[in-house]
Amino acid sequence: MLRIENLTVDHGAIRALHGVSFSVEKGQLAAVIGANGAGKTTLLRTLSGLNKASEGQAHWGDHNILHSKPEKLVRHGISHVSEGKSVIPELTVSENLELGSLWRRNSKESSQSKKEVLELFPRLGERLSQRADSLSGGERQMLALGRSIMSKPELLLLDEPSLGLAPLVIEQIFQAIRDLTTAKGLTVILVEQNAMGALKIADIGIVLNLGSIAAIGSAAALKDDPAVRAAYLGF
Amino acid sequence: MFEFINTLLIGITAGSIYSLMAISIVLVWRSTRVINFAAGGLALASSFVGAAVLEKTGSFWIALPLAMVAGAVFSAFIEFFFLRPLLKRSGDKGAEIFLPIIATLGLLGIIKTILSYIYGERIGSLPPPLSDKGFIVSGESIALSPMRILILGIVLLLMISLTLIFQRTNLGLSLRASSFAPEISRLAGIRVDLIRTVGWAISGAAGATAGILQTTNGSGSVAPESFEFSLLLVFGFVAAVIGGIESLVGAVLGGLTLGIILAIILMYVGGSLVFIAAFLILILILLLRPQGIIGAKGGRRA
Ligand SMILES: Nc1ncnc2c1ncn2[C@@H]1O[C@H](COP(=O)(O)OP(=O)(O)OP(=O)(O)O)[C@@H](O)[C@H]1O
Ligand SMILES: [Mg+2]
Repeated sequence: MLRIENLTVDHGAIRALHGVSFSVEKGQLAAVIGANGAGKTTLLRTLSGLNKASEGQAHWGDHNILHSKPEKLVRHGISHVSEGKSVIPELTVSENLELGSLWRRNSKESSQSKKEVLELFPRLGERLSQRADSLSGGERQMLALGRSIMSKPELLLLDEPSLGLAPLVIEQIFQAIRDLTTAKGLTVILVEQNAMGALKIADIGIVLNLGSIAAIGSAAALKDDPAVRAAYLGF
Repeated sequence: MFEFINTLLIGITAGSIYSLMAISIVLVWRSTRVINFAAGGLALASSFVGAAVLEKTGSFWIALPLAMVAGAVFSAFIEFFFLRPLLKRSGDKGAEIFLPIIATLGLLGIIKTILSYIYGERIGSLPPPLSDKGFIVSGESIALSPMRILILGIVLLLMISLTLIFQRTNLGLSLRASSFAPEISRLAGIRVDLIRTVGWAISGAAGATAGILQTTNGSGSVAPESFEFSLLLVFGFVAAVIGGIESLVGAVLGGLTLGIILAIILMYVGGSLVFIAAFLILILILLLRPQGIIGAKGGRRA
């Protein structure tokens, strides 16, 4: 279980998160929605060790995850796919994938994971030796997700995977995220601007506003909440 | 024609050594975004180690690898104890951006001072292990000697090894990924700090080889205030820039190009112009083709 208490994060003089508390059960998919600048990215970056928290606590299982480096948190099963298409353009598709499993130092497990990823995203399989910058936006997002899966995560932190993608591709990616969560029993925090799409596949929803939680509840309930609909779903 | 081929041979040999120095500079630039002027000092210090080992054992074949190990250790040491803490504290406000480059210049001075303190007026001797008399072709001596072949062989061997390490091993993948995208690499679980130190170590070993070969190919001895090594540093840097400063392949091509151009100038124009020519080439490249001779616009290469 992911347990966050009173999490407060500052960027210099700017306070991006004000005492945020929530928990996500193991195996749940939580959608985090909110306007630009609400603090969604900051939340994920703090959970993966890229940003420092000023106050508060965050536990993944019984492991205290604040004050740890990202490369160490990966070894505790936390994988963060950062905002934008988080791939390394100069490396080939295959190398981008392998990167995710290097730390496991187990080439057998690593090729097993690779097979799984290619079953999930067959389009990557046809492009293994191409440089990642030759991929389309959707393929890049698949690659970023694939790289993350290669590190055998238990907690997946996804920052706007739908950004800049065509509606059909978004649907595919969301479906893949949902399937992965269920099939592998992952716990997922999905940050999204595409609030409707995210709430549709999520178990719970969290609405962030100016660094604080404005609403939290089951995804289905939030989807029907008139205030949330008006402010974030646009109807 | 004969003279021209000789000039090319001289240029290629000298250029292959500049390539090694350029690789040393490129490796640090890629991993840390610092122009490492201390590379010249590291090559010098490692060459002194090589000379000391040669004196003790009498074998170039022991001296060269030990000098490379020394170069790797010195370089990793500098990264770990000086650059890393410095870069952690420095930012990008105002004059702070000059901090790393001033630091490596300072380190160059410090290394030379330490060497002067240890060696004083004494020099380290690194004579060529093989004959440097040119082969005789149809009665004339050409600019290709057993020693030159050895130099080209060592440089070629190192380049093949580096290529294999970078393209075929997990370490190489970590090195490339960490230099292209440190944050994504950390999120993928790569210990980027450690990998950076390894990058500096490889850079130090390449620089040490450049220093040893430059000495054996040149005067045969090293001194703390060696002008030869100042040239080596400058030429290595120019070669790196010609190659686009990001690319190992570029560094090799840059070194060879520079070596050949300088040899031609030396032969047909005059020795006093070599240094000026190197700077002219530097300026021209920076003005006309800042991405280097092989760099694609905007793209970075492995
Ligand atoms: N590195 C930084 N330095 C200073 N302020 C920052 C930094 N990163 C984020 N902020 C500020 O923190 C606040 C939250 O930013 P954050 O990126 O977390 O928002 P977000 O919800 O992800 O927005 P978006 O939907 O646009 O991605 C914003 O006011 C932003 O300007
Ligand atoms: Mg964001």
